[in-house]
Amino acid sequence: MEFFERFAIPHPSPAIYASMVAIVLTSIALVVGLTYFKKWGYLWREWLTTVDHKRIGIMYLISALLMLFRGGVDAIMLRAQLAVPENQLLDAQHYNEVFTTHGVVMILFMAMPFIIALMNFVVPLQIGARDVAFPRLNALSFWLFFFGAMLFNISFVVGGSPDAGWTSYFPLAGNEFSESVGSNYYMIAIQIAGIGTLMTGINFVTTIMKMRAPGMTLMKMPMFTWTALITNLLITFAFPVLTVLLAMGTFDRLFGTHFFTMDNGGMDMLWANLFWVWGHPEVYILILPAFGVYSEVISTFSRRNLFGYKAMVASIVVISVLSFIVWAHHFYTMGQGPLSNSIFSITTMAIAVPTGVKIFNWLFTMYKGKIEITTPMLYSLLFIPLFTIGGVTGVMLGMSAADYQYHNTMFLVAHFHMVIIPGVVFAMLAGLTYWWPKMFGFMLNERLGKWAAWILAISTLVAFMPMFLTGLDGQARRAYTYSEATGFGPLNMLSFVGAIGLAIGFAVIVYNIYYSVRYSPRNISADPWDARSLEWATHTPVPEYNFAILPQVSSSEAFWDAKKHGHKLFPGRYEEIHMPNKSGVPFIMSAIFFIWGFALIFSLWTLAIIATLGIFACMTHRSFEKDDGHHIHLGEIEETEEKLGGTKL
Amino acid sequence: MKIDQSLPLEYSTEENRLKIYGFWIFLGAEIMLFATLFASYFTLEGRTGNGPSGAEIFEITPVLIETLVLLTSSFTIGLAIHAMRLGRQKAVIAFFVITLLLGAGFLSVEIYEFIHYVHVGAGIQTSAFTAILLLTLGTHGAHVTIGFFWGLFIVMQIRKRGITPQTANKSFIFSLYWHFLDVVWIFIFSFIYLKGMM
Repeated sequence: MEFFERFAIPHPSPAIYASMVAIVLTSIALVVGLTYFKKWGYLWREWLTTVDHKRIGIMYLISALLMLFRGGVDAIMLRAQLAVPENQLLDAQHYNEVFTTHGVVMILFMAMPFIIALMNFVVPLQIGARDVAFPRLNALSFWLFFFGAMLFNISFVVGGSPDAGWTSYFPLAGNEFSESVGSNYYMIAIQIAGIGTLMTGINFVTTIMKMRAPGMTLMKMPMFTWTALITNLLITFAFPVLTVLLAMGTFDRLFGTHFFTMDNGGMDMLWANLFWVWGHPEVYILILPAFGVYSEVISTFSRRNLFGYKAMVASIVVISVLSFIVWAHHFYTMGQGPLSNSIFSITTMAIAVPTGVKIFNWLFTMYKGKIEITTPMLYSLLFIPLFTIGGVTGVMLGMSAADYQYHNTMFLVAHFHMVIIPGVVFAMLAGLTYWWPKMFGFMLNERLGKWAAWILAISTLVAFMPMFLTGLDGQARRAYTYSEATGFGPLNMLSFVGAIGLAIGFAVIVYNIYYSVRYSPRNISADPWDARSLEWATHTPVPEYNFAILPQVSSSEAFWDAKKHGHKLFPGRYEEIHMPNKSGVPFIMSAIFFIWGFALIFSLWTLAIIATLGIFACMTHRSFEKDDGHHIHLGEIEETEEKLGGTKL
Repeated sequence: MKIDQSLPLEYSTEENRLKIYGFWIFLGAEIMLFATLFASYFTLEGRTGNGPSGAEIFEITPVLIETLVLLTSSFTIGLAIHAMRLGRQKAVIAFFVITLLLGAGFLSVEIYEFIHYVHVGAGIQTSAFTAILLLTLGTHGAHVTIGFFWGLFIVMQIRKRGITPQTANKSFIFSLYWHFLDVVWIFIFSFIYLKGMM
């Protein structure tokens, strides 16, 4: 029995036992359902072994939506706890765990896979390629992310969740102050998912640099592809810092080293610095593709080309460079002195300049445009004022002297939610609605979509504007309760109402998906929005090979040119197409990674060694494997194209 | 598969060119990985707690042996790629085997060095300095170890399949990796050992 005691949760509550039961029941239902409907083979052949960027994108999307639900439940619990003073709904420990997992899940397991989902689906289509550069690696990226996320998510029913905040600062996250295995989960689950993300970065940089359609020079790439390129460069250069950081944290926790401890020379501030050397670029890894989505949507629905294309590209590049030299603004109050603080203050505020350039470019794109307010466009229009609130308060926080007032208060919490929700979440919802018809062959209901957009926008304001006030009055973040005398009660109740509103907004989106699956017409064209870039030039549903003939490009809006100016997009004739083979190894290898991580978290050394050998066995198999892919023959292409209505333009 | 005869074999197919490009990007990520380790090393270098400092535990002889062995192996892997371009399979295998033997030699000396550190009371748990020292050296050593097996598999494939676009591509990428580890070692030699001993 002693062996199993380590898996017990240190702070059990009825809610957790209920979740355990729910998890077990759902798993049983899944297994029974798959068996009953005889779908195991289908699942394995079509999804678990796929290397098709479109399917991998859709799997990322499903994971992101599931994680949005999980992180959202966390958020509701947090706001419910703070809704009234001296609340006893959650105890301090439970509250710590919930805000930690809320942060990690939302940033790393919701926002990241969401942008990677859109990049996976859209980027190869936008550059006129047939897949990414390394399709097998892409599958491995997804499965590593997936199993990393699953490992993190079982923490609250097996062994206890991390409780040191999503930043997991030492010494709090060290063994001395975090005795449960929670922080082990943090170190190892994020490591596994992070390796997958790093591979995505390398894969997409190569794809975009080397696989663009003939004629598509860098300055003729659609804006979403530009942002994807820069984001993946940021991933490539920022994630190795996280890899080392988590390795050091793991060593401190599992092997008793003194990187971040308070004795034997350890330095706790090293964690904070390295964390944000990764963490700040991470912010831009999330926001840049969001900007790309807005650029696509605003230009499509203003029926104009994007204003200031070159300025847009320049500002993305400048933002990406600056993102690496602002990290210390996350801890002005931790004693690095006025000189460093001033330097980081200036670099921080400098970021507002290129961001402002982008905002004005979007406004000028709409100026004199024929604006059509569709759901994606509505999100974009709501984004601009809401994001500006987040941005301006960011400049306030960037001033190091003033930051002593705001630091670690609800003001900060309000700021970054006002940036991330209108910035990233609205963009992802806009992108989801915009590219949905290309992914699934029908459109989401516009009426429900607009309802959801309005509910989300208003609820965001209701939930987070009060926090600016309580924050300025000194309500600390991450404190599980407050006294009645502080007077924070009513405003926190208002925030809770906003949080409920956000939940309703997301429920409307879920209902919209259900409704559209049932009732939306299926006979839509391949270009339902009258859009401008190459992903709309191919059929819906997109054939396995994307384009029967590779497109010929001469501007950043090749498809628009083809529609309006008679540009010949698909010259030439069908040729045999070389495609990569399916493989189950990425799935198996990532599953072994899951076991490996689990073994390390609970210090089960024998199992850890066996799993390590298993991982190396998979790599050895890959080295010796002969895999030349397969060819799609002419007859097959002609047949598919015939069925989908032939290649036009 | 189209093979472009005007290019060297390792670049001759589309897939090969992508793999080489992607590997350069990967090396960019590796530079960041080691840069983070070096930055942490410089930060924690003087924080020895109750443990010894670098000057007290570094020994020049094993370090010089390691340096010589690894630099030579970088030269021999270059010769292997040269032989590959000339299409001389036996020479490729011979130079590969020499490279891997030198790699194994490097690793044995490094293992000896680690045992020595533990003996003189500079284990990984001793202080922040020893932890970052052993983590930085260990990360490099782990790269060499993985490279050793990777290279071994490539030699086996060249023996069995000959010099094909695939094996040539693998060998070339392996040589990039091996040279990179050499460059990292030069930084370790200069900024950890020499700086520590001065």
